[in-house]
Amino acid sequence: MYFRATKGEKVFDVFNTLFMLLISASMLYPILFVVSHSLMTDTERALHPFTIIPTELNFSGYEFILAKGSLLLSSFQITFFRLSVGTLLSLIVECMFAYAISKRVYPLAVPLTMMIAFTMWFQGGLIPSFLVMKSLGFLDSIWVFVIPKLMNVWYILLLRNFFAQIPAEIEESAKIDGSNEMGILWRIILPLSTPVLATIALFHVVYHWNEWFMGIIYISDQTLQPAMVILRQILSQANAANMYAEDMGGSFVPPTSMIQMATIVVVSFPIIAAYPFFQKYFTKGLMVGAVKG
Amino acid sequence: MDNIANRQAIPKKRNQTGFIRFIIKHKFYHLLVLPGVIYFLLFHYVPIYGVIIAFKDYNGFGGIQGIWNSPWVGFQNFSNFFNSTYFWRLLSNTFIISFYQLVFGFPAPIILALLLNEIRNNRFKRIVQTITYMPHFLSWVVIAGLMTLLLSNEGVVNHLLSYFNVDRIDFLASTTYFRSILVGSSIWQSIGWGTILYLAAIVNVPQDLYEAATMEGATRWQKAIHITLPSISFVITILFILQMGKIIDQNFEQILNLYNPAVYEVADVFDTFVYRRGIVQGDFAYSAAVGLFKSVVSFILVILANKAVKKMGQEGIW
Repeated sequence: MYFRATKGEKVFDVFNTLFMLLISASMLYPILFVVSHSLMTDTERALHPFTIIPTELNFSGYEFILAKGSLLLSSFQITFFRLSVGTLLSLIVECMFAYAISKRVYPLAVPLTMMIAFTMWFQGGLIPSFLVMKSLGFLDSIWVFVIPKLMNVWYILLLRNFFAQIPAEIEESAKIDGSNEMGILWRIILPLSTPVLATIALFHVVYHWNEWFMGIIYISDQTLQPAMVILRQILSQANAANMYAEDMGGSFVPPTSMIQMATIVVVSFPIIAAYPFFQKYFTKGLMVGAVKG
Repeated sequence: MDNIANRQAIPKKRNQTGFIRFIIKHKFYHLLVLPGVIYFLLFHYVPIYGVIIAFKDYNGFGGIQGIWNSPWVGFQNFSNFFNSTYFWRLLSNTFIISFYQLVFGFPAPIILALLLNEIRNNRFKRIVQTITYMPHFLSWVVIAGLMTLLLSNEGVVNHLLSYFNVDRIDFLASTTYFRSILVGSSIWQSIGWGTILYLAAIVNVPQDLYEAATMEGATRWQKAIHITLPSISFVITILFILQMGKIIDQNFEQILNLYNPAVYEVADVFDTFVYRRGIVQGDFAYSAAVGLFKSVVSFILVILANKAVKKMGQEGIW
């Protein structure tokens, strides 16, 4: 492709590579820092304030936050509930809706598409939404994590576009073979759509893992908070052990910094460890969505 | 909604049997969209209706029905807001932070994409991409935690400064540095992820353009500026307009996790104010008015961006 690099281009290549190394380091440093320091006591940390290689392996922070029946462990139950139930329910209703509006023969397809697209540009805002939730009885209900953000317009349009480009002949031949409409959707359309379904499922999973605002505004019962909210509370405590205190009487309590950093690691590790394996799907979903614009 | 749409879909002269036939004929599709129609009405359109609370004297009782029964006050809530000390503070903070975000945050992924495109070692390029995507998957709660470790009084940066005999600075409580921290951390979070679409567009640039330019003796810099950049300008404009729609909203989670009363003066924006005043203090009508004002401003920005883009000869989004 290129024949001879000029001297200037060689210099540029070196600097460009250095820049890439630098930017990668800036992304990795905070993560490695928090992992290594979550294993170090305060005295060790004071001796090695910058290190990203733990000088000792003290797991007491982790033992403390993951002790049987701890606040963090039970909050993960809430996270897993919303993640599994929320993602599954969202996928089901989004597929149903998207399939119907992908059909030209359905007279409501266009009005319904406009109805949902409008909500992308105009929303009631925080306060009216809060009052609606209150009226519907979502305060201090675990379903507030699932229902109010059940359907995402962007994903519905993404699915609709995907369904629309599946050749009609496939459906027609299935109809001739005696499949009913439900059978066609379930046995033909959805299996053909697994890549896009996987992408959208992953987007929902990441959302549910990272979401914390619903818990802050709608939930006052501590036992219903997802892990991300618990992390937020622990980070804002001057004495993080208090958060876990109830049944800790008399036992060893690690320093606050250790508890905080260990909690950060535990709460963000699963997603950091998993995303490189699913990267292909995430980027693909972003692309399909963008083509539509 | 279903009803209204139905009426539009069939000619008015048709009688009742026509309507019933319409329902039966498409009953499968009707059933499929039913949960969605209920969802969007309940969670998107009822709140839009609820916006009228901004024009009422709502005491906070009776939930959404209570809005209906409370007295109209016209633009009282708005004028209270415009005359308060908060108005200019929120407006200028929102605009300054959004402006920084636009000037520094928007071009950052474009530059990174162009530079990544110049990396010839594909393996190295892929590794850099994967690493820079990573912060996109971290919640702002986590990033705020990391920022505190780095920037607080006892943080890494202050440790480093102390080696140079610089006094400790509590960056997160400093009105001088706070906005830079906001913009910096949001670039940190989104720069890698933001390159995806640009890189995809760069891949689609016809190779013969580059070959022809090489024959003519163009340098890589010239090729990047005169071929790559113009070829992806349509992606840039679309993302720019979409960005304008979100720009006022996008820092909300970030600010809510990073700010503290010491920096309200420079960090408080419409959304954080609505949250504190409305949800925390329960002043619903007033904060709904602030929220509505913000929505209108954000809507105007999108329209302006679209207009500006069209003036520059690019295709807008409508």
